[in-house]
Amino acid sequence: MNYLQSPAVRVGLSIAVATGLYGISFGALSVSSGFDIWQTIALSLLLFSGGSQFAFIGVVGGGGTGAAAMTAASLLGIRNAVYGMQMSALVRPTGWRKLVAAQVTIDESAATASGQTEPIERRRGFWTAGIGVFVLWNVFTVVGALVGGALGDPAQWGLDGAAVAAFLGLLWPRLRAKEPAAIAVICALVTVVAVPFVAPGLPILIAAAVAGAVGWFGHGRMDQGLEPDVDPYVEEESDR
Amino acid sequence: MNLWFWILLACALAFLTKLAGYLVPARWMDNPRMSRVAGTLTIGLLASLTAVNTFASGQQLVLDARIVALAAAAVALLLRAPFLVVVVIGAAAAALARLAGMP
Repeated sequence: MNYLQSPAVRVGLSIAVATGLYGISFGALSVSSGFDIWQTIALSLLLFSGGSQFAFIGVVGGGGTGAAAMTAASLLGIRNAVYGMQMSALVRPTGWRKLVAAQVTIDESAATASGQTEPIERRRGFWTAGIGVFVLWNVFTVVGALVGGALGDPAQWGLDGAAVAAFLGLLWPRLRAKEPAAIAVICALVTVVAVPFVAPGLPILIAAAVAGAVGWFGHGRMDQGLEPDVDPYVEEESDR
Repeated sequence: MNLWFWILLACALAFLTKLAGYLVPARWMDNPRMSRVAGTLTIGLLASLTAVNTFASGQQLVLDARIVALAAAAVALLLRAPFLVVVVIGAAAAALARLAGMP
């Protein structure tokens, strides 16, 4: 069997390239937020969840404490437990493979597997996207960290603007309906109102509490907010 | 050094969160509320991080070149630009706004 003929493998590889490449922006922003190259590499190797990594460096870069950064990153990672549960049923890894599967359980691998219907294709999609993104994301994190370190003054190159664009880019694909857009606007407003009154980093956690309460007491769709940054199947849809 | 502690703790928690999905019996987590909170948290945190990175400077609210970056990134996203292009456009917009004299 030629693996490259498997549709899930092809989708997984293209998502790995698209997502892996933007490890460059994480690496560059991490270094310009004051992290050294080893801390940047550790975040990509060990934390390995794009949104949480950007959250961690974003909180610290904005003057927040390590504790606030850890809390924001951990709350943002809760959706990976939901993906883990879905992948446990769809991919069914056993033994030590569970540990590897857990580490590569992210938006992209879960979305690639969920988009397939055959059990074998789901498994191929999950592993190709998960391991592919992991390898390329880490390679391009190092490239970005070296580039960021060579740039000098981050404000002159607009790297603070790059951080704004990165967060908006991570948020954007999740705003396809009215309710998620309303949650986003409310949380942004709560944040702006809180900034002058509490220590840096805390406004983000206050907004998280509001968002959590909306999810807990609300009746919205179950899967809102659980979209990948790069949709593995968006091109196929537009081809139809 | 202190920062390393929080980095490694965040990494450990991230892995254990992912692993929990594989180890906890499905019926424990097969709870619509759990999925919904995970989703709204993701949206709320990303919106909040966008706002902080655009408007906050320490504990002050400021309007500077970053608002131009936000607008430029939104236009790029509306035009369906890929993520990396959006980030580069955000950086270029902020850099150009500063060249033009914005703080």
